[in-house]
Amino acid sequence: MTTQTPVVYAEHLDAGYLPGINILNDCSLVANQGELIGIIGPNGAGKSTLLKSIFGQVNIRSGKIWLNGEDITGLKANKLVSKGVAFVPQTNNVFPSLTIEENLQMGVFQTPKRFDERFDFVTSLFPDLGKRRHQKAGSLSGGERQMVAMGRALMIDPSVLLLDEPSAGLSPVRQDETFLRVREVNQAGVTVIMVEQNARRCLQICDRAYVLDQGHDAHTGTGRELLNDPKMIELYLGNLADL
Amino acid sequence: MDWLNIGSLALGELFSPFTATFILCALGLSVHFGYTGLLNFGQAAFAAVGAYGMAISVLTFGLPLGVGILIGLLASAVFAVILGIPTLRLRADYLAIVTIAASEVFRYFMTTIGFAKVTGGSNGLSQFGEDFWAANPFPEGTYGFGPFMYRADELWIRVVAFALIAVGAVFVWLLMRSPWGRVLKGIREDEDAVRSLGKNVFAYKLQALIIGGALAALGGMVFVINLSNVQPQSWGTTFTFMIWTVLLLGGAATILGPIVGGMVFFVLLSVTQGIMSGLVDIGALPFLTLPQVGQIRFLLIGLALMLLVIFRPQGIFGNKKELQFNG
Amino acid sequence: MANEISIGPAAPGCKKHDPILVADNVMRQFGGLTAVNVEHVEIPRGQITALIGPNGAGKTTFFNLLTGFDKPNTGSWTFEGKNLAGVPSYKVARLGMIRTFQLTKALSLLTVIENMRLGAQKQPGENFLRALIRPLWAKNEAAITVKADDLLKRFKLDAKREDYAAGLSGGQRKLLEMARALMSEPKLVMLDEPMAGVNPALTQSLLDHIKDLKKNGTTVLFVEHDMHMVRHISDWVIVMAEGKVVAEGPPAQVMKDPAVIDAYLGAHADTDLGTVAINVPGKAGN
Repeated sequence: MTTQTPVVYAEHLDAGYLPGINILNDCSLVANQGELIGIIGPNGAGKSTLLKSIFGQVNIRSGKIWLNGEDITGLKANKLVSKGVAFVPQTNNVFPSLTIEENLQMGVFQTPKRFDERFDFVTSLFPDLGKRRHQKAGSLSGGERQMVAMGRALMIDPSVLLLDEPSAGLSPVRQDETFLRVREVNQAGVTVIMVEQNARRCLQICDRAYVLDQGHDAHTGTGRELLNDPKMIELYLGNLADL
Repeated sequence: MDWLNIGSLALGELFSPFTATFILCALGLSVHFGYTGLLNFGQAAFAAVGAYGMAISVLTFGLPLGVGILIGLLASAVFAVILGIPTLRLRADYLAIVTIAASEVFRYFMTTIGFAKVTGGSNGLSQFGEDFWAANPFPEGTYGFGPFMYRADELWIRVVAFALIAVGAVFVWLLMRSPWGRVLKGIREDEDAVRSLGKNVFAYKLQALIIGGALAALGGMVFVINLSNVQPQSWGTTFTFMIWTVLLLGGAATILGPIVGGMVFFVLLSVTQGIMSGLVDIGALPFLTLPQVGQIRFLLIGLALMLLVIFRPQGIFGNKKELQFNG
Repeated sequence: MANEISIGPAAPGCKKHDPILVADNVMRQFGGLTAVNVEHVEIPRGQITALIGPNGAGKTTFFNLLTGFDKPNTGSWTFEGKNLAGVPSYKVARLGMIRTFQLTKALSLLTVIENMRLGAQKQPGENFLRALIRPLWAKNEAAITVKADDLLKRFKLDAKREDYAAGLSGGQRKLLEMARALMSEPKLVMLDEPMAGVNPALTQSLLDHIKDLKKNGTTVLFVEHDMHMVRHISDWVIVMAEGKVVAEGPPAQVMKDPAVIDAYLGAHADTDLGTVAINVPGKAGN
């Protein structure tokens, strides 16, 4: 129970891409230091939109977002990066013609002097990145690219890591690896907010989660609470896993 | 500054055969680009093929004008097939390059001395339109009011030209709201998706090319009958880019777009010409001469085209939503 | 282990009692890389077959080859006994083999209902000359629309009927693509990751629709990564890795295959990932 300022505080957001159409409707989210927050929910609920709002990629029509107590509503992405917000998009998240090391260099683009120190941190978490540093990112498989993208995001020593469906399109064994990797990153002290379609796995690893429905944070609780809540199972999780 | 004269000249452009020509060509281009996504930068060639096809049938083969018109249309269809078969399987930008080249090739072809007996070479052909003027039902005299005063022959060509526009517009409208039009719109966005649903994409693209080309051929015929001669120099890239400006101004995937776009374009052109000439006359623009005013008009066309594409790509009537998703 | 589908025990490339699709020696190379190298595979008629395997195994490439969207280096295959090698993709679709795409191709600039109408195959109005005369196709269009609305309701997209497909979320676009594929009542439906991005609760109702397809005699072949879905509805599973078919059989049998577990399923398939031990190097790195 901490009364520290939350790392991310999104308050009553209304946001959308097309004029007049709001995807987010009075959506709020809190992420405290060191937490692993999950965002799940049905299609079209606004999960990716919420994440992109925090990264300044969507028109916020009402509401505010604070980062460590500072108002960051409407700031452009490059400013957010310098303030410590790292975003890993779902697709096109590495530079295929660059090597792994060069991709990681792009991560510290704004503060190149920190490369060595951050490279050591990232490769201690993901040793494979260090071993294959000269391999071109385009020749990697989907799961391996995810790892590079996450490593690149970690290079700025972020206050918060935003992940957009990191397990999408991966085979089961790679999905499991990704989720375990996210847990490792979080255990190393990074606050993580992840949007996921694989709700079951997401809830298994997160501290707290938000269930978005029609642009609003309809339900929230710890990962375990939501996993075992019969209403959640009926509405969002499905019980295929138990059949 | 004779404002009355400037205004009346400008209004006169609304229904000029010149305007009608470009409306027809732009309507054809709307089918190509607006509805099917084909980047055709050689629309001038289709117009030229129609015009020459008609003229040559009358002069070299002694056929009546009515048959000449049909042959002109047929020629534009054949041209579309010859152009389409190798290029429609290429990426959009390659089609653009090839159509510019084809257009220029055709133009030079018509200028060549070797074929001058048939094509008239660089002097072109004339006196093929007799049948048209002979068929004029309006008795001699003047018709109309105010800025819209026409002699019988002027009235006749305008009536025919705009009747063609009406027929063409209805034709395109009927097509585009039919299932055939729906397939085209799908092709415009993603050919593989449409193939996966069992449609022969190549055939549709070829049909669109032929239809749009036929409309341009009609435009070309109106153009040359009005001028009573057909010359190769007219059908250069300037002609094509004026068609594009008209189309983008009015709205690429609409029916009203080419019509209103054409009218607005030529009225504006006339007004600019009138005002600038007037200013030069009264000495307000000492750095310009009258002939230069004509040149500057083209500068303005280019500028207008650029600004259109940047700030209002959907034109007057275009659907912003349809375009927004591309961005 | 005996089963009803294959002739003899299940094994890679085994013959089926009633195959709808038979492929032989299909190979596709990209430069030095062999993306697909399938010696022999048969898809059973009227069953639901899952095609699984790691990324890069060649599943989508194989789909592309079978449906005419790509040309193989060698190989032949027949659909309902008809030789399909070299047949263009639109003809394959007309023969009754409809596929969806991994990267959804819902047509954004058309409305949802127009997307659905496009899926119908026997609309005379799609012919240029007949299109001009409305009475020749209006009745057909009305029938198609009724069918489209029915499918949209089943896929819970009816509220979005008049919206442009671009305004739908990723998962909704996938559903639209699947619904659209069913408009022409195909004999074989090939779905490339149909559930990717679709909400788990909706997935369940969709699986029922796929089972309905089977009841109507439609054969289904789908690529998926969601093992619960595969286990729940497939009658047969084919496992591809590095371009080859490495395992085949009823789902329960295939999923216990240690080679498949190693390469694809992972050892934690049924464990709670929150409880698995992880290594975290000390924070001494920073």
